[in-house]
Amino acid sequence: MYEYFYELTGNTILSTLIVAIFPLLNVLIVALIGVYLERKVSARIQDRIGPNRTGPFGLFQTIADFVKMLQKEDATAKDIDSKLYNIAPVLVFTGSFAVYAAIPFSSKLIGSEVEVGLFYVIAISSLVVGGILMAGWASNNKYSLLGAMRSAAQIISYEIPTAIIVLSIVMITGTLSLDKISNMQTAYFWNWNILGGAEFGLTKFLLIPFMIVGFIIIFISTLAEVNRTPFDIPEAESELVAGYFTEYCGMKWAMFMLSEYGNMFAVSAIVSILFFGGYHSPIGYLGNSLGIEWLIPFEQAFWFLAKGWTFILIQIWLRWTLPRLRVDQLMSLCWKYLIPYAFVNLIVIGIILLL
Amino acid sequence: MTIKTEQMVLNMGPQHPSTHGVLRLELEIEGELVKKVTPHLGYLHRCFEKHAEAMQYNQVVPYTDRLDYLAAIGNNFGYALAVEKLLGIEVPERVEYIRVIMAELQRIASHLVAIGSNGADIGALTPFLYLFRDREYILNIIEETCGARMLYNYIWIGGLSHDIHPDFIRKTKEFCNYFKPTIVELDNLLSYNKIFIERTANIGVLPVDTAINFGASGPTLRGSGIKFDLRKDDPYSIYDRFNFEIPTGKGLMGTIGDCWDRYYVRIREMEQSLKIIEQAIDNIPNGDVQSAIPKRIKPPKGTVYKRIENPRGELGYFIISDGTVNPFRVKVRAPSFVNLEVLGELCKGYLVADVIAILGSIDIVLGEVDR
Repeated sequence: MYEYFYELTGNTILSTLIVAIFPLLNVLIVALIGVYLERKVSARIQDRIGPNRTGPFGLFQTIADFVKMLQKEDATAKDIDSKLYNIAPVLVFTGSFAVYAAIPFSSKLIGSEVEVGLFYVIAISSLVVGGILMAGWASNNKYSLLGAMRSAAQIISYEIPTAIIVLSIVMITGTLSLDKISNMQTAYFWNWNILGGAEFGLTKFLLIPFMIVGFIIIFISTLAEVNRTPFDIPEAESELVAGYFTEYCGMKWAMFMLSEYGNMFAVSAIVSILFFGGYHSPIGYLGNSLGIEWLIPFEQAFWFLAKGWTFILIQIWLRWTLPRLRVDQLMSLCWKYLIPYAFVNLIVIGIILLL
Repeated sequence: MTIKTEQMVLNMGPQHPSTHGVLRLELEIEGELVKKVTPHLGYLHRCFEKHAEAMQYNQVVPYTDRLDYLAAIGNNFGYALAVEKLLGIEVPERVEYIRVIMAELQRIASHLVAIGSNGADIGALTPFLYLFRDREYILNIIEETCGARMLYNYIWIGGLSHDIHPDFIRKTKEFCNYFKPTIVELDNLLSYNKIFIERTANIGVLPVDTAINFGASGPTLRGSGIKFDLRKDDPYSIYDRFNFEIPTGKGLMGTIGDCWDRYYVRIREMEQSLKIIEQAIDNIPNGDVQSAIPKRIKPPKGTVYKRIENPRGELGYFIISDGTVNPFRVKVRAPSFVNLEVLGELCKGYLVADVIAILGSIDIVLGEVDR
């Protein structure tokens, strides 16, 4: 992608900017549709109607909210640490947005084909913790501080099971590149990693149960990493009002929301790349059968977005069904159950691969 | 090296999503561990008791609505019974039956809010809305009869403000049939939810003797395993004619007297209320609901204390009459107020998140706490 625009413009900065616009657009669209979907789906679940006044079926509700957000006064409390306070939302957003640089939307739409994509994603998404801690500290609000502490503890803890499961995928595929991992699961859905990968043989069938366990663990821990119910403890509204962004308003608050939805899509994308074939179609390509080659990248983008949105829908569904865990229960779930299981999973997968 | 540490004081409320109104809790916390809880009251004080002294007896009834605004019929009921006892009035059978049915419908509606908001505090927002949907059913039934949805002014001294609507009996029966499966749905969705049990079982355990010493009543007391219900133990109106049980906390998921027990007692109580309604609804005799309403209320000198079982516990009215048309003194023994005192004992040593769960399980209404 970058190379293409570089050849076209001959300018590094310009081509980088152009390439960066696609994921930014995606984050904005994800936030716009995500908030609308969250409202509509939660309304369906809760026997309500949801937004239905702004535009057809309330479709413009999020846009109206966005405009409202832009118009709001940037009110700040008196005793805040204004430097950190202003940096925090930007940092949080940067952390969740930078992840998109390495995510392959289709074979032709990748921000940057880094060989260590997975490593990059795990590393850069930790930037969010810093932003959250900053926001909590700088707000000079006890609720914010409690929320930030909870959030930091939670995100750091849950990175461990995520990393262990990612490691087991790396063992199978032998690469850290997200594009290559996607490409290994090409063609049909039985080549997906969750069904044991593309290589047909005894190993594939032995792997299936462990891959399913791995998927469940990584799904739970990514839920916790993006602070969604039942792990929305940092922003538990009934306890901590709004957690670390209690004191924020207007666009700064909107940036936290934006990064939350950006994160939701990012982790969904990672999970679908690791286990569900990434941008590859589960049922073959129309472009291949029709002989239209330029259709394939578009189909791939479609499948990628479809998989991502499926996981977002599951996240929304969980959020509006389950109560919230307590902070110590959350930690014990991570350290007593997820990490040991993930570790055993890793060892067993290693043994299977040696067979 | 020693690091200086200090306890942090966290003000929860009066503006907070889950203090159920304008309660202010002063939490002394170490990290997330709660060391001390001090409730601060008075943000919703409206001088009900003083107001009542300036009113005539019948004019006080609408003010009683505003005490426990989630169970307004119960408040009317208690006040009417107290003044009737002072006056020595016998009310017609029809009135008694309608009062009991209304009070039980109101009890279900009130418990629905209690259970729903307890769940919502813990993060389960969906059951909350399901329960409000069911509550709407009850409010519609009552609205059809007396025109109001929340502050009814329905039970008057010696009678009722309106006779029941012609559709009342049919709709109440429909509601009973509709509501039984929803209790099962609620059990599946919330009561037996693993996360909900984790959050409420073994949390905020209220031992029997503490409950008695603090004078707790209602589901808060029964959750600790004591079978005390004024409908059975000091029967008023016609409750002695009905066959129902008093559910108590059994410690099914943890210890007797924990949050889950208090929560579960409310669910079982709703079933018993349905049972009472079903027994009463077919036996409403004919008659005039306003025949016994006195034209001028001027009770003789004396005092009276009448207590009823409101959804939140023992609601008592102590009235002193000096022989004039105005009460000399009206004192309300508000169950929410008394139950709230237990909070400080319950929250010690738990986490901030548990304070919310415990507060929800005690189920206070600030209108009644502050009066």
